[in-house]
Amino acid sequence: MRIGIPAETHAGEKRVATVPEIVEKLIKLGFSVAVESGAGDAANYSDEAYHSAGAEIVEGAARLWAESDIVFKVTVPTSAEVELMHEGITLIGFIWPAQNPELMQQLAARKATVLAIDALPRMLSRAQKMDALTSQAGVAGYRAVIEAANVFGRYFNGQITAAGKVPPAKVFIAGAGVAGLAAIGTAAGLGAIVRANDTRAEVADQVKSLGGEFVKVEYEEEGGGGGGYAKVMSEGFQQAQREMYARQAREVDIIITTALIPGRPAPRLITAEMVQSMKPGSVIVDMAAERGGNCELTEPGQAVVKHGVTIVGYTDLNSRLARQSSTLYATNLFRLTEELCKTKDGIINVNMEDDAIRGLTVIKDGEITWPAPALQLPAAKPAVAAKPAPAAHGGGGKPATAGKTVALFGAVALLFLFIGAYAPPAFLGHFTVFVLACFVGYMVVWNVTPALHTPLMSVTNAISSIIAIGALVQIAPPLTEGLARPDEWIRALAVAGIALTAVNMFGGFAVTKRMLSMFRK
Amino acid sequence: MSASLVTVSYIGAIILFILSLGGLSNPESSRRGNLYGMIGMTIAVLATMFGPHVTMAGLPWIMGAMVVGGSIGLYAARRVQMTQMPELVALMHSLVGLAAMLVGFANYIDPMAVLNLSSAEKAIHEIEVYVGILIGAVTFAGSLIAFGKLAGKIGGKPLLLPGRHFMNLLGLLVVIAFGWQFMHAESVSAGMIALSVMTAIALLFGIHMVMAIGGADMPVVVSMLNSYSGWAAAATGFMLNNDLLIVVGALVGSSGAILSYIMCRAMNRNFISVIAGGFGSGSGKPAMKAGGEVLPAGEVVSISAIETAELLRDAKNVIIVPGYGMAVAQAQHTVYEITRLLRERGVNVRFGIHPVAGRMPGHMNVLLAEARVPYDIVMEMDELNADFPDTDVAIVIGANDIVNPAAQEDPASPIAGMPVLEVWRAKTSIMMKRSMATGYAGVDNPLFYKDNNRMLFGDAKKMLEEVLAALKS
Repeated sequence: MRIGIPAETHAGEKRVATVPEIVEKLIKLGFSVAVESGAGDAANYSDEAYHSAGAEIVEGAARLWAESDIVFKVTVPTSAEVELMHEGITLIGFIWPAQNPELMQQLAARKATVLAIDALPRMLSRAQKMDALTSQAGVAGYRAVIEAANVFGRYFNGQITAAGKVPPAKVFIAGAGVAGLAAIGTAAGLGAIVRANDTRAEVADQVKSLGGEFVKVEYEEEGGGGGGYAKVMSEGFQQAQREMYARQAREVDIIITTALIPGRPAPRLITAEMVQSMKPGSVIVDMAAERGGNCELTEPGQAVVKHGVTIVGYTDLNSRLARQSSTLYATNLFRLTEELCKTKDGIINVNMEDDAIRGLTVIKDGEITWPAPALQLPAAKPAVAAKPAPAAHGGGGKPATAGKTVALFGAVALLFLFIGAYAPPAFLGHFTVFVLACFVGYMVVWNVTPALHTPLMSVTNAISSIIAIGALVQIAPPLTEGLARPDEWIRALAVAGIALTAVNMFGGFAVTKRMLSMFRK
Repeated sequence: MSASLVTVSYIGAIILFILSLGGLSNPESSRRGNLYGMIGMTIAVLATMFGPHVTMAGLPWIMGAMVVGGSIGLYAARRVQMTQMPELVALMHSLVGLAAMLVGFANYIDPMAVLNLSSAEKAIHEIEVYVGILIGAVTFAGSLIAFGKLAGKIGGKPLLLPGRHFMNLLGLLVVIAFGWQFMHAESVSAGMIALSVMTAIALLFGIHMVMAIGGADMPVVVSMLNSYSGWAAAATGFMLNNDLLIVVGALVGSSGAILSYIMCRAMNRNFISVIAGGFGSGSGKPAMKAGGEVLPAGEVVSISAIETAELLRDAKNVIIVPGYGMAVAQAQHTVYEITRLLRERGVNVRFGIHPVAGRMPGHMNVLLAEARVPYDIVMEMDELNADFPDTDVAIVIGANDIVNPAAQEDPASPIAGMPVLEVWRAKTSIMMKRSMATGYAGVDNPLFYKDNNRMLFGDAKKMLEEVLAALKS
């Protein structure tokens, strides 16, 4: 089948749906690839690069759409593009079916199959490699920090120079989703002091792992809304949250907001008063500008200065890092293509039995199949920690209980009492030696490094050949007169015993020596 | 040489043996430790040979037996490959067991041994003979089977006879009953019958015990038999009233016991349950089925040798986790070549060794040492587990259960609670395996399905050679 890559038509969109490296991989899967002339120009991928990767360069969108069986796109298709679609075509790209019901009707009328990359069931772990929302949000988060740095008048990292001391910039990041986390990592990497907040308390560890400090809202409420998104919070919580934001606004130099709730306008987190309270020269980057903005004063698509604070409301952060965004997006689509074409013969199979593909497919052969039924995921496993290990596996580690210790001492005392009462003195002498030797062995062997456990075994093997002494003393002892002794038998047994132990004695020490000589720094 | 001189020689030998074991606390002092052991052994043997208990008539016999046994031992020590160490050790245990048996029998038929003994002393002596032969026989038969299993001459699957615990108990009762008869035997020949029956039962018990133990529990068995061979020597010492034998036996016995304990702890298993046998076939499976709904979700992503090389080239921190599969494939030298190349390029390469990796304690360390991997980059599990989150690539070579996240994540898993190397916390983990088969514990490994895990299928040695070639180019 033939995959077509049109040039993106949205104003300001610089991304492209595939890149030359991925073209090669798609061809290996058995597809042929056509790229509209100039499609990759804005992302610095020339027609020649696509051509040398094996793609055919096609002039004009009309021809490209007409000749392709599958079209990869980045942005939502325009009406003009939908007009170009022929019956039976497969379209893969961002669709946002909930926000674009009219578009869905138009696409269905074209009898197309449409896979909306934004409808991917993200909680499926194997879907992560196809998760374009995540990859694009990561790029946007990075770029947001770069945009902030661009208009911020100072260093990010603190420095002590000959010309004086520079304090580090303080950055506050609202929302620790994918974009927020990318922003935390980037800002921390530049040397700023980073704080972050999210309604989902469980992301605190992730924030810390990236070098940020998690700022809690002093109010008890759980904010996870399923599928890794946040939900709308209660009034009391919002009040506490506003106070926390107001405090942060007074303290920090840069605020980056990433708060989005699916299917709703962006929550208003930063009020005009908070902007006023910020230090002159401060920066706000509002990553939710497209959906109305987290800041009251944001003007979508623009950077404006209000009350001495630069408010960046760019909605095209991904296009501002078009090459990186395109590469990641292309990889996401390639992974999806692999899923669709498991046979690697260049023919896709939209398998509606597959949970991930079912979720993605919003229109199948002209029938709207969106929204997909809720996934029957196995219920989240209860916390493991609470359950103690089963008794049979309770081996070592824990100190024995008091009762056990008492029982053990009791048993040992009884044994000693028994031996003391009945054993002759000669035996007791040997017994003393034996018990003490066990303790010496215990102390000595615990000091042996685990790396040398094999040599330990072979050397103990060698020294247990000391049993040869037992055979030696029997082979030809000075005989007592007049005692009938089966000499021949005893000698045969003893000689065999000596020969056997000699194998250990010589072999054991030799092999230990050989092994130990191999351990080197 | 007088009896007193022999005794002080023995004391010298004992000190040298203790120093020998103490020397193993680090690789630097271990070589000297081994030398102490050899000197101690030489002193002990010479003192006995020229002591009051051996007449000149015995010397030719002794020399002959020593030369024959010694040459076999030296030959074996030269020829053995490091991957075969567990077999060799098991075989040597069996020799100690057999020698203890032989000495016990010889002592029993020697009338001089009970000359001038009071009745209580005689009774104790007979118990010592009986117990000494019992331990010797169990050690001998058990070690021989362990050798067969390790060498692949006998299948690794545990043999589970119906009512096996009952059979063992019955054997014990019969042994005690014949022990009673043995103590009250009128003559040596009458006692011999009881002794022979007991020996036969002990041999069968030794065979049965090790046959019932699965391959993954082999490290425990090998160290347990190590312990037994020590107790056999100690029992012989009691029998012969020889303190040297008692001390050495006790040293070896407690050493083996500690190793067994360490191995059991590393598998989070109870010593009794290991000896009772049957892990990984009988009791394991039903538990797995019960947790069947939480079968690992996701899919397996495979990787090629060339991609592996690319990952390694870009990595800063690499941890290699070897397992028995590396020993089987004889891949340790290739592993070392890759390590050397990466270290030359400034990559921090370390090895993570699980206590039960391989078929005997410390098996992996010896193999890596043989391949000339410096021992200061070979770490223990506990030293390394905290470092996985900062690790770019973790490579697992021929190991499975020791890196199974189910041990921590799934309380229903048969290996739940076993300490494991947390390779899945690394940025990328690469699992080298021949197939998707489960490890010895028979437990599916959710690691295969983790998003950051890649599978490199194929023979470990061949794949590593391809990785090495790709790294060099």
